[in-house]
Amino acid sequence: MKSTLFNMVAVLFSITLIASAGVGAVNMITADAIAETKAAATKQAVANVLPEFDTNEQSEQTIDDMPIVVYTAKKGDKTVGYAVESMTKNGFGGVIRMMVGFTTDGKINNVNVLEQAETPGLGTKMCDEGNALLSSIQGKNSWEVEFKVKKDGGELDALTAATISSRAYYEAVARAYQAFLVASGAKDKADGVSGATAAKSASKEGNTAQEGGKNE
Amino acid sequence: MNKLQIITGGIIKNNPTFVLVLGMCPTLGTTTSAINGMGMGVATMAVLIMSNLVISLIKNLIPDKVRIPAFIVVIASFVTIIQMLMQAYVPSLYASLGVFIPLIVVNCIILGRAEAFASKNGAIDSMLDGVGIGLGFTLALTAIGSVREILGSGAIFGYSLGIADYMPLVFVLAPGAFFVLGYLMVLFNKFVKK
Amino acid sequence: MELSYFAIIIGAIFVNNVVLAQFLGICPFLGVSSKVETSMGMGAAVTFVMALTAIVAWSIQEFILVPLGIEYMQTIVFILVIAALVQMVEIVLKKVSPSLYQALGIFLPLITTNCAVLGVAILMIQKEFNLLQSFTYSVATAIGFAIAMVIFAGIRERLELDGVPAALKGIPIALITAAILAMAFMGFSGLV
Repeated sequence: MKSTLFNMVAVLFSITLIASAGVGAVNMITADAIAETKAAATKQAVANVLPEFDTNEQSEQTIDDMPIVVYTAKKGDKTVGYAVESMTKNGFGGVIRMMVGFTTDGKINNVNVLEQAETPGLGTKMCDEGNALLSSIQGKNSWEVEFKVKKDGGELDALTAATISSRAYYEAVARAYQAFLVASGAKDKADGVSGATAAKSASKEGNTAQEGGKNE
Repeated sequence: MNKLQIITGGIIKNNPTFVLVLGMCPTLGTTTSAINGMGMGVATMAVLIMSNLVISLIKNLIPDKVRIPAFIVVIASFVTIIQMLMQAYVPSLYASLGVFIPLIVVNCIILGRAEAFASKNGAIDSMLDGVGIGLGFTLALTAIGSVREILGSGAIFGYSLGIADYMPLVFVLAPGAFFVLGYLMVLFNKFVKK
Repeated sequence: MELSYFAIIIGAIFVNNVVLAQFLGICPFLGVSSKVETSMGMGAAVTFVMALTAIVAWSIQEFILVPLGIEYMQTIVFILVIAALVQMVEIVLKKVSPSLYQALGIFLPLITTNCAVLGVAILMIQKEFNLLQSFTYSVATAIGFAIAMVIFAGIRERLELDGVPAALKGIPIALITAAILAMAFMGFSGLV
């Protein structure tokens, strides 16, 4: 077909219009499904890092300008643990998101990495079960641990050839711990921990029913 | 050319990976396991079939000078649609393929087929071409993924063969990708292409 | 504390080299790398376009897509922006500096379909970089691309003179060379 200015503009414009309308329509259909999938993944992660519980209730904090979500898990009336969805932007591949589970006495129960883009085969080991990072903090009482790798003068193991990834991992765990302190009200017990910036806690009790639900 | 030839041509004579050497980035980047390679292949095939179909239908309406931009918009829309569908229904596969899903847009196979085939042929033939080339691409990626998974992590489609400890991890890492693709290409040249 | 600029630069050039570790921009890497001179030209052209893309794509994401809540249009918008940008660079270069156009001109049309450019634009948004970090990241990535291209072209120039078995000729031997080069670059992975 011969090109004139009019038909070029008209055709490109209409193709773009139809294409964006199509994409927008699919977005409306899938947006809910994507949100549901994410919610299911979060729920699974909370279950993975905590001991058995019935209900959980969600609250949000902001630490170092990053949104941190705390899920307080209860069995009957008794609080059994806190799952903290923490993050860092200092991973080797940028953002790392993780779910850190604390028992009520501050022990790190388990860690579940939700999202990372580290180097395959090196930094990605942080997702494996029983990796060096997890096993050096799992079961430890968080206020006895200084979240530093050996290279930086701490006591924790790092992944081979992935020091930046390891540092970022511990940084996110440390941030989760700060959120845990605020959420559990145990802040006074931990004098040695520094760097906790003003964290505003906004408890959303109303969310319990939809977000937590029953979790057997 | 009959319909069957269009399909088989895409798998062997015009195999996008081993013969045309197109779309190398996803070929190397996503084949860390058989299932990842296959997922990438199927996603690309879906985009290819749809874009071939639409382009062959609207080819007479597009002025020559804006042909390529128009094609790119069509392809990019289908890629975005596939991206959202994968995010919704196969999130773990979506996470492991990562940036290579949006990058289907710049996969030379798709624009190449739009130019070379869909803009000259009818709707049915263009779709079949998409199926053929897509299958060729999927088979190649699955083969590379399988070889790398067996050699690198001692498993196939996620099923452990119990030999993981003896296998060199390097085949799952970057050099392994170049290595396996290079040698598979040699085998293809030697035995299939003749 | 943000990831330091130094770590971004070293990471993008050596440790996560765009071609040899991330597999972006393989097409020009295999296609245009038979001579050292042309691969330098390609490297320069890619650096130029990537630096521009970083600024434009970041601004569009931050000031248009996010405020309007249409982040899902990212792929479509970015590829159109890159295509338009390449065209514009071509036209401007032709007018302003014919000599530079002569050197880079033939590479420019190839850059639109270079997945490294779109890939970097998407990755820097994913990594939640700010403008300066995005710019640093894409320039460093482009330098990594150029370095890999030039080293590879140097090896291939010599390979031309050697007797290579028939089945290995062309792309296969290039891929195996790239494998060895990628292994060498893996040595950088303990660097940061």
